[in-house]
Amino acid sequence: MAFLEVKNITKSFGKTEVLKNVGFEMEKGEIVAMIGSSGGGKTTLLRCLNFLETPDSGSIKVDGKEVFPLAVEKKKKKGSANLAFGLVFQSFNLFPQYTALQNVTLAMNVQSEKELKNSGVKFFESKKRMREISRENEKTAIEILTRVGLLDKIGNYPCELSGGQCQRVAIARALALSPDILCFDEPTSALDPELTGEVLRVIKDLGKDGRTMIIVTHEMEFARSVADKVLFIADGEIAEQGSPEELFENPKSEKLKAFLNRDTGY
Amino acid sequence: MELFSVIIGELFEGFGNTLLLFAVTLVFALVLGLLLAFGAMSKFKPLKYAVAGLVWIIRGTPLMLQVLLVSFIPKYVFGVFTKDFAAAIGFTINQTMFFFVAVAFVINYACYFSEIYRAGIQSISAGQYEAGQVLGLTKTQVFFKVVLMQVIRRILPPMSNEIITLVKDTALAQVLGVMDLLNAAKHAVNQYVVLTPFLYAAIFYLIFNGILTLVLGGIEKKLSYYKV
Repeated sequence: MAFLEVKNITKSFGKTEVLKNVGFEMEKGEIVAMIGSSGGGKTTLLRCLNFLETPDSGSIKVDGKEVFPLAVEKKKKKGSANLAFGLVFQSFNLFPQYTALQNVTLAMNVQSEKELKNSGVKFFESKKRMREISRENEKTAIEILTRVGLLDKIGNYPCELSGGQCQRVAIARALALSPDILCFDEPTSALDPELTGEVLRVIKDLGKDGRTMIIVTHEMEFARSVADKVLFIADGEIAEQGSPEELFENPKSEKLKAFLNRDTGY
Repeated sequence: MELFSVIIGELFEGFGNTLLLFAVTLVFALVLGLLLAFGAMSKFKPLKYAVAGLVWIIRGTPLMLQVLLVSFIPKYVFGVFTKDFAAAIGFTINQTMFFFVAVAFVINYACYFSEIYRAGIQSISAGQYEAGQVLGLTKTQVFFKVVLMQVIRRILPPMSNEIITLVKDTALAQVLGVMDLLNAAKHAVNQYVVLTPFLYAAIFYLIFNGILTLVLGGIEKKLSYYKV
């Protein structure tokens, strides 16, 4: 049984069918790259995995446990996320009023508070414990920010950082909750060309550490060098999938051939 | 010189009422306005339309008319005379009149505030909510920990505008005989047959608004430590 099993996902917006019966599997520690032209459904698929969209049908299993449709019922009650997944957005979506460090610790502290509450500790005791825990969280956050090369920027606000630095904070923020699978939605598309390198390097390093990742990207060279498996998504379907070598050197479908030619054809 | 201090004393008393009306309206309208804003953005259609209707009525009629209407409510809705109503809630007639004015002011300003809140809340990008959700925050947590601070910052300039207008609108309290600053000045003008109380009242308003401008500007500056 694969670590992530996505089966028969469909999703329509009104009459537009964005995902038609999409399914794929991946193993722990694998890196999957999703490529394809805009409007093909890559982002929608990623948003479905992260519960930002609710699929019309299908199922998602992580490590044998069903997270969809089972967890959707819970979501309706609590409005919570699918914490098996983490998501890095194209447009960073950092919280502008918090420093880089606070951006990373915010969700950590919220989670710690929830755990503390569920453990049934008394109010005053929990206040004290929470202070200790938030100091611990801060330490962890600084470690993570150091790993993405931003130790000297932890006290800066997003507006004081470059796009590449912002995206690295966003990566740190997602990592802080240690999701099973980290998703990237075109992480470099909003960046100036000279800033994409620093972000891609960070993602590559995470891959070396054995992190399970799904990356939607238009950077073909990057997809090729970093991914274990590439999914080519077109018109709401996985039109072709396989190792990067297979897909990039021997594209079988006409759609993929056309897509790859267009991409390098100027 | 003696007359001057008498007049200033009377104006100060009037100013006390003005200040109280200002403070009560501000505190309650800020809270009620936020609730109305949520109502206006509600997915529950009847609530949404009810709030839209209320805002339309309140913004579409003069505040002075609303003050008068509120004062008629005990008589025409509940059939009790104002003095009996006052006795029932344990207020003097003067306090009851002040109460009517305050009710009208709170509703009126809450409606204006609600539109400012709504604009502010809707100006926050969906990405902020999505980022919060993906990080496991509940909707309430996203609102209070992520969105609210950004909203406050964005709506502070239009809010300041309304708050300064409120200072001057308090002069409408005199339609129910409440002895606010301007009413006190008017009485002094009639009683002592001099025009200077109007000038003094103007100075009172100017100083108060000057202080408010400084305070609000200070808060705005304090919140602008980051760019959106």
